[in-house]
Amino acid sequence: MPIKTEPFYLNLGPQHPSTHGVFRLRVELDGEVIVNVEPIIGYLHRGIEKLAETRTYTQVIPLTDRLDYVASMTNNLAYCLSVEKLAGIKVPERAEYLRVIFSELMRLANHFLAIGAFLNDCGALATPLIYMWREREKIVDLCEMTCGQRLLFNYMRVGGVSQDVPEEFMPALKKFVAEMPKFIGEYEQLIKQNEIFLARTKGVGILPKETAINIGASGPVLRGSGVNWDIRKKDPYSIYERFDFEVPTGEVGDCYDRFWVRLREMRQSVRILEQAIVQIPAKGPIRADVPQFFRPPAGEAYGHIEAPKGNLGFYVVSDGSIAPYRVHIFPPSLINVTALADMAIGWKVADLIIVFGSIDVVLGEIDR
Amino acid sequence: MKFERYGIGIAKGMALTLKHLFRPPLTVQYPDEKLVVSKRIRGNELVWFPDRCTGCGTCTKACLQGNIILVTHRGEPNKFIVDKFELDSGRCIFCGLCVESCPYDALAMGLEYECAKYRRGETILDKDKLKLTDQHQPSAYYRPQFAAGLPKQSLLIYDKKDGGQKLNLFPLSKRKRGPGA
Repeated sequence: MPIKTEPFYLNLGPQHPSTHGVFRLRVELDGEVIVNVEPIIGYLHRGIEKLAETRTYTQVIPLTDRLDYVASMTNNLAYCLSVEKLAGIKVPERAEYLRVIFSELMRLANHFLAIGAFLNDCGALATPLIYMWREREKIVDLCEMTCGQRLLFNYMRVGGVSQDVPEEFMPALKKFVAEMPKFIGEYEQLIKQNEIFLARTKGVGILPKETAINIGASGPVLRGSGVNWDIRKKDPYSIYERFDFEVPTGEVGDCYDRFWVRLREMRQSVRILEQAIVQIPAKGPIRADVPQFFRPPAGEAYGHIEAPKGNLGFYVVSDGSIAPYRVHIFPPSLINVTALADMAIGWKVADLIIVFGSIDVVLGEIDR
Repeated sequence: MKFERYGIGIAKGMALTLKHLFRPPLTVQYPDEKLVVSKRIRGNELVWFPDRCTGCGTCTKACLQGNIILVTHRGEPNKFIVDKFELDSGRCIFCGLCVESCPYDALAMGLEYECAKYRRGETILDKDKLKLTDQHQPSAYYRPQFAAGLPKQSLLIYDKKDGGQKLNLFPLSKRKRGPGA
């Protein structure tokens, strides 16, 4: 006599330590094997797109900090780039270099947290996370020195950056960049060959190349699947075409490849920083002449950058008034999290946490 | 998956943790020891200079929360007298746009960052609470003229080997202790 069976539904979240925020997963299980995963989002929705319509163009910048709060300055940069495109503003040379320096520092800061939290999810409790936060703290120190806060920087402005870096910034940055490769080498030594880590991540949660492209994934998730796609190379914004760096890619598209792409990307970020420190003009204006309440001509513009998590785009529509008519945010985390079901189906619940950790999402960006 | 020899990777990781054991600690015992914050810190209180304020209201327009209340009346010809200048630090997001927009340098971010209050009404900063006092000092955010007198920020980038740049700690004698102190 056949036994009547039915799937078991498991709710992971919204309050779960490994969900990186308020995020809920409805998992359909057959025994311990995942049959279906449905992400349920919206617990952190603050209506930033709507709020932006009631603020002036400058006042939107503090709101963009609250999207991807792990790497706030890249959000500022993406928004400012689209408004500059809309109004046809040219950014001074020194400001461009400062923007590149800070977005690469943010990429490092984001990948420290991404790898640390990912290893935490894998069961390497706290030790790698604390080691990575030790270095992240130095980046946060540099940002605090420049713009006064440690998380929500509000540093970039339309037409440049808000204020010049203090004189003690450059020596500190040089020392940081000089010792950074040593620390990245330490992380490799700590975890790269670890048998437990390899057994849990190699071949787990494979995202094939075609699926990744069809979903529209970007950032380390896409590059981990072996697609050489980086907006810094393919559609250069700011002054990225002046720097010499490589785009690391994975081979299989499993969790290990995504981790390994991030670690190698950090080395490339250090390379860009080394070049930027040499090339940056010592003096010069850091902000184009843009008044605080300025009115761009009516029209629309889309600017996108390679944020640490992927393709971050801002679509800004102006009707000629002091406030944007519409701001639409295209966040990388939201697109990447749709790949979760493709990666996790067929694996067990314990693997789901690792697969989710390897995507590296921030819920402020998903829910906006 | 198969490995030729087990344990090498774990041993390498453990070697690093052993090395870490002999490194100097980077953390401080917070309430007893304090690191010196940035000179440009956007602290949780603002400093307002009544003699420089003309009541133009640029800061109220720049605030994205609509948080600054400014009431003026006409005094001498071409002059406003400020009756009320008030903001709620519980609603403020400390973005610093008001300080950035002030054309007369009449507003500055404060240095304070331990500003928890017992009552909700205490978060409202009126003219008296915003004034410059010994405990209530401005930071150098957008006001480089205040930067000279402020202590150097303690940076984790410089460790003890670099000499002279070790962690600057806030002197214990200046510390306030206990609730309501």
